[in-house]
Amino acid sequence: MVEYYLSLLVRAIFIENMALVYFLGMCTFIAISKKISTAAGLGIAVIVVLTITVPVNNLIFQYFLADGALAWAGLPDVDLSFLGFLSYIGVIAAIVQILEMFLDKYVPALYNALGVFLPLITVNCAILGAALFMVGRDYNFTESVVYGLGSGLGWAIAIVTLAGIREKMKYSDVPEGLRGLGMTFITVGLMSLGFMSFGGISL
Amino acid sequence: MGSVKETLFNPVFNDNPIGLQILGICSALAVTSKMSVALVMCLALTFVCAFSNLFISIIRNQIPSSIRIIVQMTIIASLVIIVDQIIAAAAYDMSKQLTVFVGLIITNCIVMGRAEAFAMQNPPGTSFLDGIGNGLGYSIVLMLVAFFRELFGSGSLFGFQVMPLVTDGGWYNPMGMMLLPPSAFFIIGLLIWALRAWKTEQVEEPEYEIGGHTALSRTA
Repeated sequence: MVEYYLSLLVRAIFIENMALVYFLGMCTFIAISKKISTAAGLGIAVIVVLTITVPVNNLIFQYFLADGALAWAGLPDVDLSFLGFLSYIGVIAAIVQILEMFLDKYVPALYNALGVFLPLITVNCAILGAALFMVGRDYNFTESVVYGLGSGLGWAIAIVTLAGIREKMKYSDVPEGLRGLGMTFITVGLMSLGFMSFGGISL
Repeated sequence: MGSVKETLFNPVFNDNPIGLQILGICSALAVTSKMSVALVMCLALTFVCAFSNLFISIIRNQIPSSIRIIVQMTIIASLVIIVDQIIAAAAYDMSKQLTVFVGLIITNCIVMGRAEAFAMQNPPGTSFLDGIGNGLGYSIVLMLVAFFRELFGSGSLFGFQVMPLVTDGGWYNPMGMMLLPPSAFFIIGLLIWALRAWKTEQVEEPEYEIGGHTALSRTA
């Protein structure tokens, strides 16, 4: 049983890396990866938010939206799954807001460290993408906890690595038109190529 | 009426959402291995972007600024649900291939960014055009990437075989690499290079200048 969850975790981190294999959260991935310290802050924020929102969305789906999920309320024929997008994004926005208020009150150090990144996360497609993948793959509650943690870790590893490369790369002499954004894309392409090699691992 | 043309076509080359503003890249990469899939994605995004801009602009004076993000999100999410249901009903195979990426239009920063930056300040008509313009700017990049990936990756365009494959007795040996995700990054990187070689004012300032002395000692 432990092995099963471990392989799910490893798969979410490396083989199905959110950023480099599914290209989710690319906008922030490229915009906020100039310095390792900020990238690490954002990475941690994504891990925290994903680990909370994926399981919560899983519960929402299981007990409210899925076909026949409202049987406990005496409505066995109701299928609300078309409301999925709206509910997931609402849940994510609400949780990010609550998390922000909670951290502000009880863990001010972490709140200051995460700073502007928390509100940004609502529109990070990695978060919504993870929720949609979770529903698409029929994960149960425990699996969704593991998947949320794993995909968050994978995204954080990817952004910190990219920031490390970009910190070194600013000293190199890049052709004019390629400077900045263009070069970053090519770097991410090469990283993604590296991550493709994890695809050969069978778990 | 020069401004109409400007609103519509400025985002295509001069202020391209993908090439310059780094917005909406996620889906640009993931759905571009086939042109037909990319086209559906472009239409869906342009539709959502144009109408969300229109609706948000209509009620922009009624939205309290403290909850504007939630209001925008709700409008966008409702439009995406409509698009998703239409695609699932009219082209089921297509919706299977697009998987989660139609849903991800909600968090596509182009839609959100234009709603926040443009529709909140401008009248409905111009906002609608701005939405279409940004949709076009996104579409042109997406179609270009898809064109190269499908042509070199499987020798076809829109599913029609342009270059007969070796496996079917033809002469073209497909580049499997083009169908893999990393190739999309390379193509976008090179497209940005091409765009900036043409529009040189978009070139970014170097963060770090290599001194003359360093360059000399390096070549020595």
